[in-house]
Amino acid sequence: MKLNLEGRNIVVMGVANKRSIAWGIARSLHEAGARLIFTYVGERMEKSVRELVDSLGREDYLVLPCDVTKDEEIEQCFEKIKSEVGVIHGIAHCIAFANKEELSGEYLNTTRDGFLLAHNISSYSLTAVAKTARPLMTEGGSIVTLTYLGGERVVQNYNVMGVAKASLDASVKYLANDLGKENIRVNAISAGPIRTLSAKGISDFNSILKEIEERAPLRRTTTQEEVGDTALFLFSDLSRGITGETIHVDSGFHILGY
Amino acid sequence: MADVLERVTKIIVDRLGVDESEVKLESSFKDDLGADSLDVVELVMELEDEFGMEISDEEAEQIVTVGDAVNYIQSKL
Repeated sequence: MKLNLEGRNIVVMGVANKRSIAWGIARSLHEAGARLIFTYVGERMEKSVRELVDSLGREDYLVLPCDVTKDEEIEQCFEKIKSEVGVIHGIAHCIAFANKEELSGEYLNTTRDGFLLAHNISSYSLTAVAKTARPLMTEGGSIVTLTYLGGERVVQNYNVMGVAKASLDASVKYLANDLGKENIRVNAISAGPIRTLSAKGISDFNSILKEIEERAPLRRTTTQEEVGDTALFLFSDLSRGITGETIHVDSGFHILGY
Repeated sequence: MADVLERVTKIIVDRLGVDESEVKLESSFKDDLGADSLDVVELVMELEDEFGMEISDEEAEQIVTVGDAVNYIQSKL
């Protein structure tokens, strides 16, 4: 089934390369006809994002810088969006970061700086972006972020990122409550492990994929497309009654008890 | 050997935007080809896809030069 998102303006934050979950989401939204605004941080990502966006062949897509650790840069980004497109109807927040050396071994060794960095970029950024984008979402809207099982339970090596995802999950609920009266919905997708640049930062990631293939109810790993299509649903009116929710797109792995 | 080197070279040229002539067996990804740590992770993922293999974190750390990559792939094919 094809959903039609023509006339919707959606901001996609966090595309790094073709394997990014954000890119899977962007492709689903693109196929549904939405107008997309991409944000990136740093020159390296700009080049990569621009190449990918060019491949979609839409002249009206925007590519803008947005370092979510800087309030003024978030404000500038959304000012620009406001002047270029006016109203926005959705935000795909696909941003997380932790120091690689803190994604292996014991969580106990997390430093204060590493803890704050992970929470700043991976969790607070959603709140900062929601706050700044709110005045542009005058027709209601949908905000979707990416979380992971490691925020609900212990996943080896996920460590401080799991703690940051728990904070993000709680933020989704509080933001959903704050923004619900304006018909802005806030939900999270908990994707199963996907071979992205970020995931490769987690120690021994390949063995996690193997485990999913053997044990997840669907006996396969999650694809970018599966997450993209669930995001498409969450950005569409089909999900109009859903907010503050986390949808697991993980071949069912999260239901397993051992 | 030639075939593997050719395919590895193509990936390096695509990913790092360097000229084909700069890619030699003894070239170090970081020191000679200007790759940062993220580039290296991306290269490893591209190599995994291209040759249908898995490169573990420990093995990936041993790959410093183009020759290391070619030899590693040769040994696994």
